[in-house]
Amino acid sequence: MTDDTGAGPRVTRLLLQDFRSWATLDLAPRAAVVALVGENGAGKTNLIEAISLFAPGRGLRRADFAAMARHGAPGFTVSLTIEGVYGSHRLGTATTRAGEGRTRICRIDGAPASSPAAFGEHVRLVWLTPDLDALFRGPAGDRRRFLDRLVLAVDAEHGARVSALERALRTRNRLLEEDGEPRWLDAVEREAAELGVAVAAARRETVGRLDGLVAETQDPASPFPFARLGLEGEIDDLVASLPAVDAEDRYRALLREGRGRDRAAGRTLTGPQASDLAVRHGPKDIPAHLASTGEQKALLVGLVLAHARLVATMTGIAPLVLLDEVAAHLDPRRRAALYDELLRLAGQVWLTGADRGLFDELANRADIVAVGDGRATPLGA
Amino acid sequence: MARGVAGPEIERLIQLLARLPGLGPRSARRASLALLQKREGLLVPLAEAMRVAAERVVVCSTCGNVDTSDPCAVCADPSRDPSILVVVEDVSDLWALERAGALHVRYHVLGGVLSALDGIGPEQLDIAGLIARAQDPAVREVIVALPATVDGQTTAHYLTEALAELPVSVTRLAHGVPVGGELDYLDEGTLSAALKRRTAV
Repeated sequence: MTDDTGAGPRVTRLLLQDFRSWATLDLAPRAAVVALVGENGAGKTNLIEAISLFAPGRGLRRADFAAMARHGAPGFTVSLTIEGVYGSHRLGTATTRAGEGRTRICRIDGAPASSPAAFGEHVRLVWLTPDLDALFRGPAGDRRRFLDRLVLAVDAEHGARVSALERALRTRNRLLEEDGEPRWLDAVEREAAELGVAVAAARRETVGRLDGLVAETQDPASPFPFARLGLEGEIDDLVASLPAVDAEDRYRALLREGRGRDRAAGRTLTGPQASDLAVRHGPKDIPAHLASTGEQKALLVGLVLAHARLVATMTGIAPLVLLDEVAAHLDPRRRAALYDELLRLAGQVWLTGADRGLFDELANRADIVAVGDGRATPLGA
Repeated sequence: MARGVAGPEIERLIQLLARLPGLGPRSARRASLALLQKREGLLVPLAEAMRVAAERVVVCSTCGNVDTSDPCAVCADPSRDPSILVVVEDVSDLWALERAGALHVRYHVLGGVLSALDGIGPEQLDIAGLIARAQDPAVREVIVALPATVDGQTTAHYLTEALAELPVSVTRLAHGVPVGGELDYLDEGTLSAALKRRTAV
């Protein structure tokens, strides 16, 4: 295998047991780029999904942990050895059937970790999957979720804030529906306003930094068109123009005024849950959804790579980058440029593709691994 | 799972112990065995202590604390500062604050927090009792010591409004740096809360 001595964190060993299609797997990559080659259904995405479990949340498919155990197995185990700037660490996560339900176990260097959040000390992750291909022309909810994941990668508290806001808004919707006591409604709107402004401010901060980084590093010759990012929403305008305390008061007033309308709608129509991430194709200065399918993919790749650099800058840990079926959608010129960019990133990159020829330009620069029949076999360079 | 290791009387003991917070079936089994092996030293005195507690336990009609007298020992203690009331969600919170011993005051147990999603409304909590007690002219301050969750904070906002017309000041617990805490070990949420609610020294 290719031996590459880059500085960024990389997975040097991946062990799987009873994870989805994998009965067992023991893979020891060396290079900064690992390309998994195999037919559809060979288990390539399952393999990078296993790595994605070390990020906050439920991995790149957002699946239930119960669904990740191999058919008939009581649970699964995923273990990573990660070689970072400060030495090597073993991270492990598993589910077991204990009593009635399943419990998730997290371990770092053989000792129990308090929560999956503790993995963030050793590894950060950024990924792009085919699910996101329709991101720019699909529903705003998908873009919000994408955005919140971008924020979460640099701000570990964001997930808790978003779920607290969701609970506050669900409570408000329930009270509107049941004609709850006005004072109770006031109380929950006050809480929702604090949380809503906190969520909007965190998003604004990340979008601002990412847009700044993209603007700084834009290269008109790059085959990855630069994106211009903005937030669209009533609350985003408030947060942009007012100090946080005033934005809270204003949002509270909006919630109060909107009670009748929201009661009729059955949901809360203003707030971060109604915002949108607006992306423009920078060089053409058009909304991203009006660009061609290929251009949209290139924009998305550029955005994810910029995010990887932002995570590295803000957290001091270059993230692992997981790119599922990305190479196949790019023309040869863009593909070559992508590989050059990937090799410039500090963190390790995992790619998947159905055709070995896709990775020809990476020969001698990456580990190419053939995946199929429940095995992963490193191919000679 | 092995069955029939012990007779039905002992199985019942294990099952009851397993329902205690912090104990699962496995630890309940271990606790039962320890009790049975120390029959005179542990099991009999424990049974007697439980019998007495079961006979005498009452809920304090003033504050909602659990004790063997009504009013409870805390409410009946004349040396406590009558000007401050501390509102807590549960008896366990009252006991925790008493252990801390920072204030020699009286409490009010709400019996939960507002949760529209779980069907807990103001009428299920002892809010009327709190308002009645806060009307006592001796009371100057109500400290709302509720959890920093969405439901806890919503309840805190609710109580603040409900008490707004009374001549009492309503205060809340600070969120921030724990005693003896190193800053670089704290999560970002705690740090920003601590910065936002900084105090003059």
